[in-house]
Amino acid sequence: MSVVIANGVGSDSVAGRKTVLSIRDARKSYGFVTALAGASLDLHEGEVLALLGDNGAGKSTLIKAISGIVQIDSGSMSLDGTPLRLRSPAEARSAGIETVFQDLAVFDNLTVSDNFLIGHETTWPRWMGRLGFVSARAERESWRKHAAELSVGHVPPGQEIGLMSGGQRQAVAVARAVAFARRVIILDEPTAALGVRESDEILEMVHALPKRGLSVIIVSHNMDHVVRVADRAVVMRRGRDVGQMQVKDGVQKDLVAMIMGAT
Amino acid sequence: MTKGAGSQGSTASAGRRDKLSVLLTLLHSGPIVILIVLLTIFGALADNFLSVRNIQNLLAQSAIVCALGLGQFLVILVRGVDVSVGSTIALSVVVVATLTGVDAPSSVAQILLYPLVGLTVGLANGVMIVKGGIPQPLVVTVAMLGIVAGAALLISGGNTLVGVSPAVHWLANGKLLGIPAGAVLVIALCAVFWALLRRTQWGRWLYAVGGNPDVAQWVGLPRDRLIMSAYALCGTMAGVAGMLYHGRTGSASPLSGAGYELDAITAVVVGGASLFGGRGNVANVLFGALIIAVIRGGLQQLNVSPFWSSVAIGVGILIALELDVLRKRVETRIRVLRARQVNA
Repeated sequence: MSVVIANGVGSDSVAGRKTVLSIRDARKSYGFVTALAGASLDLHEGEVLALLGDNGAGKSTLIKAISGIVQIDSGSMSLDGTPLRLRSPAEARSAGIETVFQDLAVFDNLTVSDNFLIGHETTWPRWMGRLGFVSARAERESWRKHAAELSVGHVPPGQEIGLMSGGQRQAVAVARAVAFARRVIILDEPTAALGVRESDEILEMVHALPKRGLSVIIVSHNMDHVVRVADRAVVMRRGRDVGQMQVKDGVQKDLVAMIMGAT
Repeated sequence: MTKGAGSQGSTASAGRRDKLSVLLTLLHSGPIVILIVLLTIFGALADNFLSVRNIQNLLAQSAIVCALGLGQFLVILVRGVDVSVGSTIALSVVVVATLTGVDAPSSVAQILLYPLVGLTVGLANGVMIVKGGIPQPLVVTVAMLGIVAGAALLISGGNTLVGVSPAVHWLANGKLLGIPAGAVLVIALCAVFWALLRRTQWGRWLYAVGGNPDVAQWVGLPRDRLIMSAYALCGTMAGVAGMLYHGRTGSASPLSGAGYELDAITAVVVGGASLFGGRGNVANVLFGALIIAVIRGGLQQLNVSPFWSSVAIGVGILIALELDVLRKRVETRIRVLRARQVNA
């Protein structure tokens, strides 16, 4: 049985907002190991939702299901009210969902603008397909335009990303996801490997995403970061969602308690 | 937002980073420096080493290795290695000689047959590595080396057919404006490969797959087909090398090209491409092939035993590999210093 802990204001306060992504009773097992044991989740329009839980709680399987990397055994997902069945990352992407994984983010050996546009290049002449030429200049311009919008204009487009700091790399990965996401963006531990100032930059980017019409799911172990950017938090334990909470200053301890199950 | 935060960092670490950047540039330009140093040393020690005739000879000799190296580079770029290219030379030579005869008149079909044989071997490698799910590509190509070498012996019955068509003979021995025709062909191929790798979407994706195969898959690139295309082109280039080899030796031996796979791999690595994958360019291959030819030719002219040139080239590979490891370390160091500066 899942225990629902509604701390203060529950889901009622967001009843006026449209639900973008909805997951009902998702289950997934790997052999004898149950990763998801009936997890449900609603993501509202223009919301930053923190997905919390201890290691092994099922967060990562859940976001992998939403990204099309794993397929759930049973349960349902819907996007903007229409049923969503994802068989590959490409299908998730074409549905408008982009994910930034901590360890699957960038190509060290490519430049910033190459990383930004990879898989989305425009080539000419069109009939040559993949043997068509790419225009490095147009790509640098494209990066500058998007980077300026996201306030990361100081990351130079022509530089190889392997030589950049963790924060700059993460900024490029997030910018890439933002540029191509239409509905939902999922960030897996976006500040885990970053210093204080670089974390600030990434959190600022995340904070600005709802204004671009995107709904955000952020996975993080840093409660201070959660409190700074998230509107609401959903806590998972043993493959289920066990509670949710409106996020505001000073709830760090309550969040930790909910994650630990000390209720 | 902290725009331009990098400029506010401690100047001490910025200074260290600049020094490291200089070191990195040196590491990147290492091959051309080595080539110039070798040319200077041999030029000073051996008479006529820098004569027009000898340079023509060096170019002609390096053409075969360079052709093989171009293909090998694609495979190394996607973190593989192909040791079957030497025996592919033998197979292409033997198949052409058997099917068209060594004294048949030149024809386009005959010239296309060499790369076609290579393409077949390359595709077989690529399919086995990608679809066969064998995690170690080297082993697949070792097996292919045996199969292809055996096939060349079976087809020829172990016999050498002496002779080569006039067109192929000219390609390997003729000159265009004083430059060996084979070298001109290989330089043209270098230009084509450069454009493919640096200017097309396919090339960009090949670098991406080599840089990080997992991210490539996740981003949705056709990883398996990209890897297969690298092996297919590597085989094709081995066929081209087979044609030049046939022209140079003037006979179709089933033992043609033995040992050339090592020269090809050496050219790529000594030239500065990374065995870690995802790094390097066509110029690396060109310089690598020239460095090998210069070491071989130079030592020969100084009357040093050819056994020593083998040792020298082996040492060259080890040095190149260590420099590659050093490059990786320097890059990581630069990244750390940069992060420290931003967060200072």
